[in-house]
Amino acid sequence: MSNTATTHAARDHARAQAAQADDRLSRRTPLDAPDVVWSETVEAGNYAIRALPRGTRLELTDVEGDTSVQLLVFNQHQRSERLNIADTVKVQWQAYLGAGQLLLSDMGRVLMSFESDTSAGHDTFNAMSNRAWNDAKYGDGGIHGDTPNARDRFAVALAKAGLGRRDIGPSVNLFKSVFVEPDGSFTWRGDTSPPGGSVVLRADMDVLVALTVTPHVRDPRPDYKVTPVDITARVGQPAPPDDPIRNSTPEALRAFENTEDWYVSRPELTSDVGDPT
Amino acid sequence: MSHTISPNTDRPLGAPHFDEVVRAQAPWSRTLTAGQHLRIVDLEGNQAVDFLLYSADDVVERYSAADTMTAQGNVYLTAGSVLRSNEGRPMMTIVGSTVERHDTVGGACSRESNSLRYGHHTNHQHACVDNFLLEHSRRAMGKRDMVPNINFFMNVPVEPDGSLGIVDGISAPGLFVDLRAEMDVVVVVSNCPQINNPCNGFNPSAVHMIVTNPA
Repeated sequence: MSNTATTHAARDHARAQAAQADDRLSRRTPLDAPDVVWSETVEAGNYAIRALPRGTRLELTDVEGDTSVQLLVFNQHQRSERLNIADTVKVQWQAYLGAGQLLLSDMGRVLMSFESDTSAGHDTFNAMSNRAWNDAKYGDGGIHGDTPNARDRFAVALAKAGLGRRDIGPSVNLFKSVFVEPDGSFTWRGDTSPPGGSVVLRADMDVLVALTVTPHVRDPRPDYKVTPVDITARVGQPAPPDDPIRNSTPEALRAFENTEDWYVSRPELTSDVGDPT
Repeated sequence: MSHTISPNTDRPLGAPHFDEVVRAQAPWSRTLTAGQHLRIVDLEGNQAVDFLLYSADDVVERYSAADTMTAQGNVYLTAGSVLRSNEGRPMMTIVGSTVERHDTVGGACSRESNSLRYGHHTNHQHACVDNFLLEHSRRAMGKRDMVPNINFFMNVPVEPDGSLGIVDGISAPGLFVDLRAEMDVVVVVSNCPQINNPCNGFNPSAVHMIVTNPA
C-alpha cells in the first residue's frame, strides 16, 4: 500500500515535506525580528509581490551572480500611480540607473530610490519577456512549463493584488546591464555581474512591489539561465530633509517635495511615522 | 479648416480615405483597419507628435516601446521599424520617413513631470498626458492604460555615459512619416503642447493626418 492511500497517511506525507525542503527556498519573514518585514528567496522563473511601508530598505542580492530581476512598483494606496520608466530616465537625464538615483512614478513623485548598488548595472530600455518571446526562444513560454515568461508571471502576481494585465507597464530590469551604442544599437553587458552584488532600494512612499526572476530578453545564451534572488527588507525611516539623495539634483528635490506634499494630503498615512524624541 | 492631400509629397500612399489637421496642442484619435496607411506631416517643422496604439479588438494589447526596441535591437525608430505590442505582435510599421529617426524613450510630458523638470510654476501648463487621458476617457480607457509612447519628430540622443535628453529637433516643415497598420488599431495622439524644451521648437504647431486605403 502506498504512503498516501488513506487520509491520515496522506496528511503525514504532506506534513513531512517541509522538513525536507531546501532551506534557502524556505526563507520567510521571521516573526521574532521586528525590523525584518520581508525575507524570501525567489528562484528562477518565479515571482513575488509585497507591500512595503515608506522608509523600508529593500535589499535584493544576486548571491550566485546570475540573477535577472524585472521590477514593477506601485503606490500602495493609489495603485493607478506606478513606476514610469520614461519619466525616470528623462527627468534624471540618465538611462543607466545606480546608487543615488530614483524610481519615479507617473505623478512626479519618488516611489523608491537606490540607496546603494554593488551590482554591475541595470537596464531601462528592454522589454520583459512575454509568451511569444519565450515560445520562440526556448520553445515554450507558459508559466506551467520550465521556461516561464515574465509578463504572464506578472499577470498572475498582480491579479493577487487586484490588478490586471493592463497594469503591467515596462519594468526596470535589475542585475543585467545593456549598453546603448552611438547608433542606438544595444550591446549586452549582462555577463559581468559579480556574485553577491546587491541593490538597496529605499521605499520613499508606501509601495507595492512586484518582481519576476526571468532571463533578460537580450541574454545571448540559448538556455534559460537565471539564478535566484535573495530578498531582505527592513524597516527604516523616510528620507529626512537633509537626505543626500533628496538634495542631489533640482529634479530629485522637487520629486521629494511632491511626495511629501502627497503625504500632507493623506495625514492618516503618516500618523505613526517618526520618532517623537 | 479643410486640407487635401498635398500634391508635393513624393508618392501616393493609396486611395484617400480621410484627412484632418490637428491644431497645435490638441489631442486626436482614430481607429485604423489593417492595411490602411497613416501619414503624419510635420507642417511647420520640429513638432513632436506623441503617439500611442491600442489593438482595436482588445485595448489591453497596446504599443510597447520596450518590446519595439528589444525586437529591433535599437532605441531609435526609423523607416522599417515595426511598432510592436506588449505581446510582441506587429501593430504598425514605419514604411517611410523623411526624418532620419524618431524617439520612443522620452515618454509624454505631464504636468507632474514638468514640475520636476522645470519647476512647480509649470503645474498648470497643458501637457500631453492630459490630452491622452481625455482621448482615453472617450474610449473606456484611463490612466492605467498610459504607457511610454512614441514621439515622432522628436530627438532624444542617448550618450555613451547614459545621458539622454530632448535636444534640438532634426525635422523641418513638410517632413513626414508613413505608417501602415498591421492590425486594426486605435491611434491616440497628443500634438505636444510643451513650451519648456526644444521638442516643438518652443512653438507648438499644427500637424496633418492623412489616412489612405490600400491602392
